[in-house]
Amino acid sequence: MTDNTQTNEPHVLPLSIYLGVGSILIFLTAVTVYAASFNFGEFNLLIAMLIATVKASLVAMYFMHLKYDNKLYLLLFLSAIVFLGIFIVITMFDTLRRGDIYEIKAGAIRDAVIYDSLHITPDAHALEDSLSISTDTTEIVIDTTK
Amino acid sequence: MNKMPETHYLNATKGIKSWLTTVDHKRIGILYLFSIMFFFFIGGMFAILLRLELLTPSELYIDSDTYNQFFTLHGAIMIFLFIIPAIPAILGNFVLPIMIGAKDVAFPRLNLASWYIYMFGSMFAVFSLVSGGVDTGWTFYTPYSTTTSTSVISMTLGAFILGFSSIFTGLNFIVTVHKLRSPGMTWFKMPLFAWGMYATALIQVLATPILGITLLLLIIERTVGIGIFDPAMGGDPVLYQHFFWFYSHPAVYIMILPGMAIISELITAHSHKKIFGYTAIAYSSLGIAFASFIVWGHHMFTSGQSELAAMIFSFLTFFVAIPSGIKVFNWIATLYKGSIAWTTPMLYTLAFLFLFSIGGLTGIFLGALSVDIHLHDTYFIVAHFHYVMVGGTVIAFLGGLHHWWPKMWGRMYNETQAKIACGLIFVGFNMTFFTQFIMGAKGMPRRYHLYDDVYRPFHAFSTYGSWVMAIGFFLMAYYLFRSLYVGKPAGDNPWGALTHEWSITSPPPEHNFESIPITEHGPYDYDKVVAKSTFTEK
Amino acid sequence: MSQSHTNQPAFMQHHFSDAEQQRESAKLGMWLFLLTEILLFGGLFVFYAIYRAWHPEMFHNAHKVLDVTMGATNTIVLITSSITMALSIRSIQLNKIKQTIWFLVTTLLLAGTFMVIKYFEYEHKIHLGQLPGHYYTYTGVEGTNQHVFFSAYFLMTGLHGIHVFVGMCLIGWLIFKTKAGMFSSQYYTHIEMTGLYWHLVDLIWIFLFPLFYLIG
Ligand code: HEM
Ligand SMILES: [Cu+2]
Repeated sequence: MTDNTQTNEPHVLPLSIYLGVGSILIFLTAVTVYAASFNFGEFNLLIAMLIATVKASLVAMYFMHLKYDNKLYLLLFLSAIVFLGIFIVITMFDTLRRGDIYEIKAGAIRDAVIYDSLHITPDAHALEDSLSISTDTTEIVIDTTK
Repeated sequence: MNKMPETHYLNATKGIKSWLTTVDHKRIGILYLFSIMFFFFIGGMFAILLRLELLTPSELYIDSDTYNQFFTLHGAIMIFLFIIPAIPAILGNFVLPIMIGAKDVAFPRLNLASWYIYMFGSMFAVFSLVSGGVDTGWTFYTPYSTTTSTSVISMTLGAFILGFSSIFTGLNFIVTVHKLRSPGMTWFKMPLFAWGMYATALIQVLATPILGITLLLLIIERTVGIGIFDPAMGGDPVLYQHFFWFYSHPAVYIMILPGMAIISELITAHSHKKIFGYTAIAYSSLGIAFASFIVWGHHMFTSGQSELAAMIFSFLTFFVAIPSGIKVFNWIATLYKGSIAWTTPMLYTLAFLFLFSIGGLTGIFLGALSVDIHLHDTYFIVAHFHYVMVGGTVIAFLGGLHHWWPKMWGRMYNETQAKIACGLIFVGFNMTFFTQFIMGAKGMPRRYHLYDDVYRPFHAFSTYGSWVMAIGFFLMAYYLFRSLYVGKPAGDNPWGALTHEWSITSPPPEHNFESIPITEHGPYDYDKVVAKSTFTEK
Repeated sequence: MSQSHTNQPAFMQHHFSDAEQQRESAKLGMWLFLLTEILLFGGLFVFYAIYRAWHPEMFHNAHKVLDVTMGATNTIVLITSSITMALSIRSIQLNKIKQTIWFLVTTLLLAGTFMVIKYFEYEHKIHLGQLPGHYYTYTGVEGTNQHVFFSAYFLMTGLHGIHVFVGMCLIGWLIFKTKAGMFSSQYYTHIEMTGLYWHLVDLIWIFLFPLFYLIG
């Protein structure tokens, strides 16, 4: 094990790669700022995220050397993203789908109580009227006013 | 009569300081052994006190508020301070590196740091215990946890810190398994214990950060009112449950996978038979690790999550049972025509098979959406998870502890007493918890201090069972401590087992191996290789 | 421990069999750590996603109070610091110690610039009461539960800021140690690991910037 200096020789990327990738990143930043000045409606999110993803991949692939390194690291990196994706998507199956099958007669949870003292959302109490759930047999009234 | 080796890891260096600054994975395992068992004792005391209170339907000696605090402290200590770290940090630390032929884990100093982090985190838990307790249940559900006046913050902060300890242990094990296997130790020559630890470590690393951020958000919600979980601030308490269970369902596999890993070792070593379905068991560990991430919502069937989500979760939940089933069948097939030795570890293994099957099957009942609507938050749940966590993990842990005890200390415990203790624990456990299935099915709600008179006989019987179990545990503590002084030297390989750790002295030398070991035979080649047992009890 | 290994370089730890194994282990460990970081931040991204889906209007209205110029400037600053960080690793690989130090110092200065700009942003918001939770007193945003937007903003940029700060400490330490001659093209694990960490911090900001400043 005397010649471990041999195995330790690093893999050096040419300067042009770093500078090239760096310029693309800055250019894409400008693009996304510019794109945000238009309103594409639904697509705003998509466009912004697409550009961000490209930028992030460039950072990961070149600056973090994922393109050249052991693919295990890439796998780890992607698995983090996949598990996050699972978390968001399945949770949204709940949060965006409540009341799809059985109607929820109660309103959304009322606005934060802090607004009562701030008097900035005058319609905060409008929700309260709807805060009662009625089921076939019983009448349940939820009162969240402390 | 065997002789103890002259120098080994226990006496290589001396003094308290040499222990507190050790980076030897074996010594760190021992540090964990004592600290975790201490908290197991505290958690156990709470359990006995809870059962005592439930002996009668009316108040016996504590009021309802105290009762709420007791079950919370019991749960939080048992989960965060005992069962999650127990097997990886104690037995994993001690045997994993030796098993794969390494001199230590990949990051020895990080390993010591995680013990200190564990101690630091446990201090917060102890602090909340003495500073007014916590009464939210170990799940810290909002909005109660954001409004109760008990010391939720120090307990959650404690759990947050303990999470880091768990992450670092997991990280260390993953790197160790990837990079430090000795020559010839290919992935599929690894003992199944290493596979189990590896799968566990993956979950630890992937899931625990979510617990961290969840508890952090809870603390901030409680102090600043950011409006994520607390309805009074415009938040959504069901979202808290998503966050919590996204960690905590995988966490139940952080608890059981190491137990399964131990059983895979014990069942071959004590029946001297090649494991049946090695690859199936190895892959099913990874399968469990993955599947555990997509079923968390089965804890939330009655929480008010959307019906669609509930159906998806119910459907997916049935899949987690498949890999567990694969394992159980393979273990039973391993026993078939083996030369079963009726040693204490084997008794625990058989107890595990029996109890874990009950726990797992009742899990399937609960995974069925319509059934769970009725059983949710009853004693049926309590019985289910005690069958998997105590009947599964704790029993496996005890089996592993008895299996590797002679390796740890070089001495054997008294087998007769060990068998009696095992029997007491098994009988006491079933008395305590089988009764709870019946009570739960009859509608006895969980986390209640006072109850209807019809449940009286069940509760009383359950309490008697807890006493039987407690006697078993005290007997175990007695003979294990005693064995440290008067136990007969066990020799290198008391069970005649084939994994690496049995080829070195007991207790092992400081750096495990004189030279890097070459793996020549598989860990379970009992059909090809014969290792003679070095211990006979005359 | 020492006798049998005297022919090994000083940075070698006894339980590794060669330098390559040690370096690879460190790298895998670092990647696993980064994975936990991604998931830690991930929880906050989930927070953002769920509440944005619930209150799209409010998020849109609230994002307008953030200063795009400052955000964009900070993005450029951070990306540039990522470039200089990457270059410092390249320099140490080529054994150019002076250059390495120079790049590290630039990175540190850029990180400092990021923090200063962030400070002015925070300062402004605190002044206007655009704060999370109970501390929210601003009245200029239409919609319901506006404080949730600012909770998300402060939590995510705050946690990110803490990471920048930790990164600055690490880089400062690296400068110190590189000067002291700890690293060479033979051994630069610490610089490489800090680099990975720093790029991750940059990567997270790449998402935070559009999510808060541009589309809301
Ligand atoms: C065969 C696979 C399993 C299935 C299908 C399953 C299913 C379930 C379901 C559906 C619940 C929720 C019941 C309710 O609250 O209404 C539950 C609760 C629970 N399970 Fe399992 N389970 C399985 C294995 C395990 C294992 C291996 C462990 C731990 C080692 C475990 C620990 C728990 C715990 C602690 C709870 C209660 C959590 C609480 O509310 O405090 N389960 N299980
Ligand atoms: Cu579960």
